[in-house]
Amino acid sequence: MNILRKKSKANLPFSETVIELFIRLCGISSIIFVFGIFFFVFREGAGFLFSGLNLTEFLTSVEWQPTSLNNKRYGAFALIVGTFSVTALAMCMAVPFGLGAAIFVSEFCSPKLRETFKIVIELLAAIPSVVWGFIGLTLMNQLIIQVFNAPIGLTMLNGSIMLALMSVPIIVSIAEDALKAVPDSYREAAEALGATRWQVIYRVLLPAAKNGLLAAVLLGAARSIGETMAVLMATGHSVNIPSGPLSWIRTLTATIAAELGEVARGDEHYQVLFIIGILLFTITFVVNLIADLVIKGIRQE
Amino acid sequence: MKNKIEISGLEVHYEGKPALNRVSFDVHENEILGIIGPAQSGKTTLLKVINRTLEFVPEASMEGTVKLDGVDISTIGDVYGLRRRIGMVLPLPVGLPLSIYDNVAFAPRAAGLRAKSQLDELVERCLQQAALWDEVKDRLNTLGTKLSGGQQQRLTIARALSHAPEVLCLDEFSIAIDPVTTMRIEEVLKTLKKEMTILLVTNLVQQAKRLADRTAFFLNGDLVEIDTTDVIFSDTPTQQATYDYVNGTFG
Repeated sequence: MNILRKKSKANLPFSETVIELFIRLCGISSIIFVFGIFFFVFREGAGFLFSGLNLTEFLTSVEWQPTSLNNKRYGAFALIVGTFSVTALAMCMAVPFGLGAAIFVSEFCSPKLRETFKIVIELLAAIPSVVWGFIGLTLMNQLIIQVFNAPIGLTMLNGSIMLALMSVPIIVSIAEDALKAVPDSYREAAEALGATRWQVIYRVLLPAAKNGLLAAVLLGAARSIGETMAVLMATGHSVNIPSGPLSWIRTLTATIAAELGEVARGDEHYQVLFIIGILLFTITFVVNLIADLVIKGIRQE
Repeated sequence: MKNKIEISGLEVHYEGKPALNRVSFDVHENEILGIIGPAQSGKTTLLKVINRTLEFVPEASMEGTVKLDGVDISTIGDVYGLRRRIGMVLPLPVGLPLSIYDNVAFAPRAAGLRAKSQLDELVERCLQQAALWDEVKDRLNTLGTKLSGGQQQRLTIARALSHAPEVLCLDEFSIAIDPVTTMRIEEVLKTLKKEMTILLVTNLVQQAKRLADRTAFFLNGDLVEIDTTDVIFSDTPTQQATYDYVNGTFG
């Protein structure tokens, strides 16, 4: 292989070499950017992270008082709980709906309806998150107040409905691709054995497509964890350990977005916000790692 | 002799192009009917009509009637039950992405059989009939798709037998199998015809000659001739085309 490559390189015309160099640069740059961002975020937060910040308090305390004059507290536990609970609730709604819609589009839909469906789903994916936040702030807020007779509609439920609506298009399009990739011969074979449509789906298609379906769910979850503007606007944005879907919460992302503009560069509060950034980085890294390991495990099996 | 399947005036078109032209014939109970003919002669379409999987081909249209035990199959409400009365072995082996055991247990489970001991027994019997048991008995939990092509084909035969079909349709089952295994399965088919009716679509005319009680010769969607295998393979079949095809002058 190496010999082959060297040989072919020697014979390459100049233009090919330039193009190859350019493409190589594009590939490497993505790695450089990821490391660059990580380095920058880490550098901004590192000073306070290693001297001054009480890490145990940061991870376990619910007291988030970064602007207090004489009693500054940096307890991010409520924010962590907020992020995870709103994401979990969103996934509870988005995964059944998303996978169900994907199964419908790939297995039950007529070709014409499928095209319409795909366009609508892509449209849904293109709506900016601030618009979702706006809908949460106005429409969904009123709806929740009326339906649940709640004092205020800006709650975890509101935020997770918005997140679900945002991650459903991702889940649908990736899951549908995965189902479409299952060879038709599997369907034919199962149908010849007298399987009903539903038996074909859950005995043959879902097991055959499980890698892709899992990827769809994880990417949907990653979208939810990272989402900022919609949850900032729709969840009430107040530091609180939620007692139920109608509690208001605050997430890690929304905290950075709301407070970073208000702090003096380099002071403790500023650095803590970057430590939250490091935390978010770690969370997404762990989620991706788990996804990789799970998918690899399935493959080996 | 009792007729298992009665086909009359069967016509199938794919987007207006004819695949079968006014075909009428009967299949006797407990016989092996060999179906021979060159490519594009409508053999596979015929099988798809019988187990009503032609319904999945949106551009296909069909006329005429097919009766199974005297009942028009298009009037059967439980199409899934009908498909389980007919075993189907497709030309290219398709191991479902399940374990070997689950592949064979698929149809019985779909029909509602749950008891582990009965399933175990059934899986073993079907795999033995398909001449695969000895090769896989120690690894029933590995994926069916991991088997070699020939093994997968025998797995599909075991799968087709798993729902105790009344009619077994084999669509060129021996393409992916070596001659020795083919012979073993042919022996199995000879015993199986005591229990069921077998439709054997084959490109190997010698296979039809070895196995079939009667043979039907299809050409371009027409049923040219159907008669006892002895007559079809004799020097004097009714149609010249049959003689030419069987003796390899064309096709």
